[in-house]
Amino acid sequence: MDPHAYRHRHLLGIEGLTPEDITYVLDLADGYVDMNRQTEKKKSLLRGRTLINCFFENSTRTRTSFEVAGKRLGGDVINMAVAVSSMRKGETLIDTAMTLNAMRPDVLVVRHPESGAVQLLSEKVDCAVINAGDGSHEHPTQALLDALTIRRRKGMLAGLTVAICGDVLHSRVARSNIALLNTMGARVRVVAPRTLLPAAVEHLGVEVFHDMTAGLADVDIVMMLRLQSERMHGSFVPSTREYFRFFGLDEDKLKAAKPDALIMHPGPMNRGVEIASTVADDIDRSLIRQQVEMGVAVRMACLEIMAGNPSNGPPVK
Amino acid sequence: MSLRRLFRGARLLDPDSGRDGVGDIIVVGGRIAAIGANISGDELGPDVEIVDVGGSCLAPGLVDMRVQLREPGAEHIESVESGSQAAAAGGVTTMVALPNTEPPVDDVSVVEFLARRAREVRLTKVHTYATATKGMAGKELTEMGLLAANGALGFTDGVKAIADALIMRRVLAYARTFDQLVIQHPEEPSLASAGEVTEGEIATRLGLAGITPAAEVIIVERDLRLVAITGARYHVAHVSTAATIEAIRRAKTDGLPVTCDTAPPYFALNETAIGDYRTFAKLSPPLRAEHDRRAVVAGLADGTIDAIASDHSPWDQDSKRLPFSSASYGIVGLETLLPLSLELYHNRHLPLIDVLRRLTIAPARILGLGVGRLAAGAPADFVIFDPDAKYRVRTDAFRSKSKNAPFDGRPVQGRVELTVVDGRTIFERAA
Repeated sequence: MDPHAYRHRHLLGIEGLTPEDITYVLDLADGYVDMNRQTEKKKSLLRGRTLINCFFENSTRTRTSFEVAGKRLGGDVINMAVAVSSMRKGETLIDTAMTLNAMRPDVLVVRHPESGAVQLLSEKVDCAVINAGDGSHEHPTQALLDALTIRRRKGMLAGLTVAICGDVLHSRVARSNIALLNTMGARVRVVAPRTLLPAAVEHLGVEVFHDMTAGLADVDIVMMLRLQSERMHGSFVPSTREYFRFFGLDEDKLKAAKPDALIMHPGPMNRGVEIASTVADDIDRSLIRQQVEMGVAVRMACLEIMAGNPSNGPPVK
Repeated sequence: MSLRRLFRGARLLDPDSGRDGVGDIIVVGGRIAAIGANISGDELGPDVEIVDVGGSCLAPGLVDMRVQLREPGAEHIESVESGSQAAAAGGVTTMVALPNTEPPVDDVSVVEFLARRAREVRLTKVHTYATATKGMAGKELTEMGLLAANGALGFTDGVKAIADALIMRRVLAYARTFDQLVIQHPEEPSLASAGEVTEGEIATRLGLAGITPAAEVIIVERDLRLVAITGARYHVAHVSTAATIEAIRRAKTDGLPVTCDTAPPYFALNETAIGDYRTFAKLSPPLRAEHDRRAVVAGLADGTIDAIASDHSPWDQDSKRLPFSSASYGIVGLETLLPLSLELYHNRHLPLIDVLRRLTIAPARILGLGVGRLAAGAPADFVIFDPDAKYRVRTDAFRSKSKNAPFDGRPVQGRVELTVVDGRTIFERAA
């Protein structure tokens, strides 16, 4: 076995991963990018394995991405929209976990609106668990796909300056990306109004800015975050027009960044709120569509790693 | 040819530089071109207008950081025009209006409307605050970035306290993002809603519902902790109790970005002014007990209280000729701001230059305005006054549309003779 292999049982977060862990996943995913671009994109690595997408919160793109990844590797993928089933019926998370576990899946992909819930579930099952987003905590496959996108375009992550802009307070994408980019030796900035920054964020190893022009000065990568609509009208920011004027990415603010700076967004975008269409659709600078493509490759790599770990699977009796 | 004027033989008083001495001022094109002793106006040529000040005091025009102008919405009570005339007569050259109009100043268009009205009236310089929350409802943030970019000088819900602690925290954090000032009306609303005067013997004898004076310090202490978290610039309007002043004194020692003002009623009157249910003495916060009034004077003397504002709150007779509990809160103050503040000087609580400091450069600095000082290059905004002239206040002579002040007939000292804005005379007392 590869001495640099990823040796964790689950993928619950970026926190705790080594640079070697991350590089291993990215290298593996890199190969899947090429495979996915071929007409024949089916492998049988996961033949006979069961993957359950267990989403306690609505999702289209992440769930579909995992589903495509699982099927391309030959696994049986089952989608469970738990948000509309057992939670409504009052079942506790642990009971749901026990029920799922009894069906003997090989990988559980879990999204949950509460921070820490995926870890709790992982402690109650025998199979591998991939965190597909827990509350405002982590979304590790997003950070990995972002890293792969950057690495393929810039060649490496170390030494780059990345500005993460917008609703950092509520963002699991931001937390995972901060952890990953710092681990890989990039310099990370966050840019947001003070109402959208969590306390002590500077202790996460980021430089804090409240002004886009200052925050974007000479950066290599601009990562925009989604602003949820319930936060747009007064509770955290007063209005979408004010948000766009001061914190929305447009051509003017982007001038502060390096001339070859690239733009990313985890989607779904609010055009005219956090990002202008002219910037989002700039084929030379926007990596937003590539991010989606890299998402499938990264998730295939993660599934391969999880399924290949001998400590996962049914307990020996 | 721009306007050239020489003001000769004045006692120049400039709190910013500490200047207090006889001298002259040359004004060219709306700005002070030169200031000092024995400036000759010869080089100005023959077109210069010479004003002989005759030994009167010449100080920076007063900067009044808290007035209500009632426009838009209640122009029968006050307007930008009538308020500006009252300000000019009071020696006020810059004033900042509260946003509690109808509609309130929570939208850029209202800021622009007021700026246009001020340009049309063209007397005292008129600025405005914007509301901290939409509709002053205390729930949602206003567009502080856009409002500030269009001229709003700070954010406040006017005569309403920002009550909810979480909202106040977000108001402060959001204002700090744009380095904006947040101004609090310091009355804890649930406590204040219990009454209309300060609780105590007088309230009890009159049978009026009392408000504990602690309603003020409770909300200020809470806010100071939120200021420590957010780092926002925070200003407490019209402080009136010893406990509040002590809390602010401590916060300043701790290095928090905190300032405050008070208004003449809080050092010129105490709760006994309510007398026989005089609604003209009903204001918010209410007049306090004598020991609190003395604390306000002490706070002004030691600088804990940075500024004096008129807290000009005009009301028509229909709003005040009512049973005490039904009457509106507030006193008009623009035309008595200087003489009532000068009582602090005449009663030997503060040197003249320090009284003027609290009326000029101190509020100008809090607001980030380049006015309030006599210096070459500064705007030629000043007031010429006789600090010793004795007379009685006559509210019926006020230029304000509203006459609601409890000072009618009060003997005072200090009269404005001439008010100048950008070199133009906007008020001159009839001989």
